[in-house]
Amino acid sequence: MTVRQGPNERGAASAFVRRFMREKRLGVVGAVIVLMLLVCGIFADLLAPYGMDEKSLPDRFAAPSARYLLGADQVGRDILSRLIYGARISMLVGLAATTVTVAVAALVGVPSGYFGGRFDVITQRFVDAWMSFPELLVLLTVMSMVGRGQLQIILVIGIFTGIRWTRVVRGAVIGIKENDYFEAARAVGQSHLGIIVRHVVPNILGPLIVIYSVSLGWAILAEASLSFLGFGLPLDVPSWGGMLSGEGRRYLERKPALAMWPGVCLTVVIYGINMLGDALRDLLDPRLAGPGRPRPATGA
Amino acid sequence: MLRYVVRRLLLTIPTLFLVATIVFLLLRLVPGDMVDTVMARLAVLGGTVDRAALERAFGLDAPLHVQYVRWWGDLLLRGSLGISMNSGQPVVPLILGRLPVTIELGLLAIAVSVAIGLPVGIYSALRQDTVGDYAGRSLAILFVAAPSFWVATLVILYASLWWGWSPPLELVPLARDPIGNLRMFILPAFILGMVMAGTTMRMTRTMMLEVLRQDFIRTAYAKGLRERLVVVGHALKNALIPVVTIVGADLTVLIGGAVIIESIFALPGTGRLMVDALKVRDYALVSGVNLVFAVAVVGANLLVDLSYAFLDPRVRYR
Repeated sequence: MTVRQGPNERGAASAFVRRFMREKRLGVVGAVIVLMLLVCGIFADLLAPYGMDEKSLPDRFAAPSARYLLGADQVGRDILSRLIYGARISMLVGLAATTVTVAVAALVGVPSGYFGGRFDVITQRFVDAWMSFPELLVLLTVMSMVGRGQLQIILVIGIFTGIRWTRVVRGAVIGIKENDYFEAARAVGQSHLGIIVRHVVPNILGPLIVIYSVSLGWAILAEASLSFLGFGLPLDVPSWGGMLSGEGRRYLERKPALAMWPGVCLTVVIYGINMLGDALRDLLDPRLAGPGRPRPATGA
Repeated sequence: MLRYVVRRLLLTIPTLFLVATIVFLLLRLVPGDMVDTVMARLAVLGGTVDRAALERAFGLDAPLHVQYVRWWGDLLLRGSLGISMNSGQPVVPLILGRLPVTIELGLLAIAVSVAIGLPVGIYSALRQDTVGDYAGRSLAILFVAAPSFWVATLVILYASLWWGWSPPLELVPLARDPIGNLRMFILPAFILGMVMAGTTMRMTRTMMLEVLRQDFIRTAYAKGLRERLVVVGHALKNALIPVVTIVGADLTVLIGGAVIIESIFALPGTGRLMVDALKVRDYALVSGVNLVFAVAVVGANLLVDLSYAFLDPRVRYR
């Protein structure tokens, strides 16, 4: 069942957008950057002047020119085109992994908070233990087991980050249980599933959106870090992190631009996502701003 | 207070138990038998080993629950986490031998993050919504957003291009040559510290802003105390309590960063040991490193909670 969207809600949505534009200038900058990432990702084929893997050996290390706006790499591939396809990779992995993250956080966190009791205790002990493992180490370990690949990296980042967020979802659900409408729903004998779908889920949409925006930056950064260390995407995929590692690393001294641009892209995108996330969090769920929340993506 | 400490300590036991169990399962869930890996490597070297003998040596000849009990026995009674499949040496001394480098790097990075994050955070809070505040906040956001592997790559690249400098390959021991040792660590520690400085800065600013609005600060100003005294003597003391917790909470970020920075700067620490072990699929060593770091995080969280309770009486009575 979906949230019914009457004229009132639609008015609320546009009021929210107006408030966002007025109060959160940096959030707007973030939103523009995220939008640019999406456009680059979706229309990479149209925007990139050359193909993803189009080599032209005579143009090795070509300087920036009208033909190659940012120059060419060690096998004569257009750097700009590689960066644009890199945006597609970051976008795909980021969005897919984050969707998995939110799904896992909700599927574990909602029952844990809703039913409480033994299930909750056991789940929370497990989450406690899980959160003691440094996230990058766990990702590295599991990625080395399952092997490089896009599907692998999406599932691994998504599931393991999701487990960390279950606590926030659980907290939000426990908060809802204290409301009168929850008591009322129980009193008139609604089923558990009915209450979860009709009352719990619509009311945790705020936290879920915040989780989504904060995890998105982390997922993109995690993919880049894993690919950089050689445990992420396969070598032939133009990942921004992967461009700085492996074979390309030997040519950085010859052409520093190879090192510069992928990092600039990553920094700008993560900056934008963090700004957007901060602004959304301030407006949607100020409670999450407390010291105990998992932090936005940091450049680990 | 004592009741709180005891309760908190008791809560640590199931966590540690689960942490160890996760590590055990991790090791056994490796797809592809690790015996195969070792056999293949031995075959290359021209040696032949009885498969059953090898399985016995790694303790893989028993059903999973027996292995689990044995694994706990080894860990608790002999402090052993098994044998590194690559080097044939026991895992625990290998890890402990590399730990000092990581600890030194981590401590220096924390020092850098506090040295940058605290003053800038305080300044930002005192001059809220001025140009200085915006500059401080932009810096914090930049520190948080720039991936450390990229910053480290650029630093090494340009140091080499401009001055012909590259990170030393040999570790200079702290005991023999403290200055040389520090020179080796300062760049990596600075880059790692930058990542954390952003968080420290933002946290300090938020907390200072909250404290500065309170009545006792207004009273202090009203008494005619100078700003410096109010800020350092009254506000900072109260704002620092939550900031202390970030150092604990950020330990997982710090460890993840150390893995990357050690790899780039060729520092022989535990993080580099882990990446090297992953490359040869030496999962006994990998799971050992995971366990050691996870236990360190559990310990740090315990310390943070206890110090929090010590500093803030409200926590004890929750």
